[in-house]
Amino acid sequence: MSSRNAICPNCGAEVRFRWSGAVQTTCEYCKSILVRNDLNLALVGKAADLPVDISPVQIGTEGIFNGKGFQVIGRIVYRYDLGTWNEWHLLFSDDSHGWLSDAQAEYAVSFANPFTNAPPGRRKLKRGMVMEQHEVPLTLTVITEAFYETTEGELPFRYYEKEKCSFADFRTQDGRFATVDYSEEPPLLFLGQFVDFGSLQMKNLKEFEGWPTV
Amino acid sequence: MNPAGPRKGFVPKAKALNCPNCGSQIELRALGAAASVICRYCSSTIDASHPQLRVIAQWQAAMTVEPVIPLGSRGKLRGVLWEAIGFQQRGITVDGTNYFWREYVLWNPYHGFRYLSEYNNHWNFVTPLRTLPAATTVNALPGMQLGKERYRHFQTARAYTWFVIGEFPWMVQVGEAVDAADYVAPPKMLSAETTDNEVTWSESEYLTGAEIWQAFGLKTPCPPPAGVFANQPSPYAGRVAAMWRSYGLVCVGLMALMIFFAVTAQRQKALDQKFVVNAGQATGEKSFVTEVFPLDGKDGNVEVSVNADVANRWVFLSMALINEETGQAYDFGQEVSYYSGRDSDGDWSEGSRSEEVLLPGIPGGRYYLRVEPETDASLSGPIPVRIQVVRGVPYYLRYLLGMLLVLIPPVWVSIRSAAFEAKRWGESDYGGGSSGSEDGE
Repeated sequence: MSSRNAICPNCGAEVRFRWSGAVQTTCEYCKSILVRNDLNLALVGKAADLPVDISPVQIGTEGIFNGKGFQVIGRIVYRYDLGTWNEWHLLFSDDSHGWLSDAQAEYAVSFANPFTNAPPGRRKLKRGMVMEQHEVPLTLTVITEAFYETTEGELPFRYYEKEKCSFADFRTQDGRFATVDYSEEPPLLFLGQFVDFGSLQMKNLKEFEGWPTV
Repeated sequence: MNPAGPRKGFVPKAKALNCPNCGSQIELRALGAAASVICRYCSSTIDASHPQLRVIAQWQAAMTVEPVIPLGSRGKLRGVLWEAIGFQQRGITVDGTNYFWREYVLWNPYHGFRYLSEYNNHWNFVTPLRTLPAATTVNALPGMQLGKERYRHFQTARAYTWFVIGEFPWMVQVGEAVDAADYVAPPKMLSAETTDNEVTWSESEYLTGAEIWQAFGLKTPCPPPAGVFANQPSPYAGRVAAMWRSYGLVCVGLMALMIFFAVTAQRQKALDQKFVVNAGQATGEKSFVTEVFPLDGKDGNVEVSVNADVANRWVFLSMALINEETGQAYDFGQEVSYYSGRDSDGDWSEGSRSEEVLLPGIPGGRYYLRVEPETDASLSGPIPVRIQVVRGVPYYLRYLLGMLLVLIPPVWVSIRSAAFEAKRWGESDYGGGSSGSEDGE
């Protein structure tokens, strides 16, 4: 489909969209951040160089979650006090999309969800507090102040103008979790579960020198 | 530099970097994943999360500990290859005594971080938990529940980091303190480490030194573990209940055999003869033979019971069961004595007027008894004696003895198991109190 392909307004390279819903992408060649406006791509900035990057996941990695195939089509990189973590943007075989977070090789898959209860105010957050969403009691475990570092690939929203982000992470007694992203107004809710690396059966991962590939 | 740029999808080994404090070479094994690295020469904590290393803290190490698993060595545990990249010695102080244990950071680029802990050569493979355990009680004592497993509280203490080298996924420093609480369900353990900011939970699984030595191919001798560790599986776990179950089964079997042979016993009355022993005849011709009687069956036991109406005297019968056809003789003897009286403690008696002799394995045939009585020559008066011979009586004693004998193993294992649990819990916050109950499998 022609609408899936476009030309980078900065360097003229072909920009290919894997997902029709993508709002933002990054030119693979010149790292320009491109935002879709109707039929045209607008150059809105330039992505920073990726930090020292040791995640085994990359754009193009494929895997399976809950019996459904996915492909990694983009990511957001955040910096926090222990380094960086990635939120990989997943496109599923049924055209739904979600996120694979990879923080120091701890993996979790989550999906955007509406709030069923109003989230606690950003300044009212307190470790140990319990919030109920979608009939799941969630305990607040970590509040993370992070900095937006860079993006890569296709994203479902415009993300280039962000700087500072606040996240509240909630856990349960059965391996589920929730993240409230306070960098948007109103905040966003992501619900998901922690996953073992092996259970995702990922293919097309990065290779690490001196390590057997998985 | 590679003019073609970095190869896509390939992560090269990190180059060695120089410590920004002392300049010595630092090998980074998990660059980008580790948050901090500790210089092995100057003990500076260096922020490894930035491409430009910077010193976070300097500390003159109060001690130096050599890890038994050299940093950089790799071993396969739980089916995954891990590289030891960090090492720390931590300690708690109980009643003025320092207890130290050691922890290794393990890393795999795909699977992330795991840990090994070691105390007195008891090892644990530690996995960070991503679910929250729920507080509960175990036998009315504080505990934690994770999934279906219930863990009993073992110990809570403030743990300090005394020595550290290598890479860590957090900003580790000598002197760092956490409140550490352990909950055990051997061979597993849940641990909570609480700082001002957060509580991190992990799940440990007990490993022996031998498993570590084999996994990492260590060449040094593997020292034996000392004492019993908090989550060390008891060698008796599950065996106690199993042995008592087996004991019950053996007893049921023995009872069944006993009942079967009691019901089916022949109980053939072969002889019932009365005679009188005269004391005056203590010497001279007094032996006699009974009438001939048949013993049926091919093979079986014979019970000879002797009843003598004695009072404060004894009679001894030398007897022989003789096969009329073959002349085969089975010699035996039986004393019957009965004494009674009265003293300052009241009435007393000793002995019995009836005794039984059991002769096993007597072939069938025609038999008679030769009897030679003896009694106290100084006392006079006739003694009426009755001899009864019964073929094929049931045994009881051997079954009861059997039940007693097979009682020994379960009792022994129960004692050993209780002693093992007492050693385990003696090291806990509940030491000196109750020993663990043996309901775990």
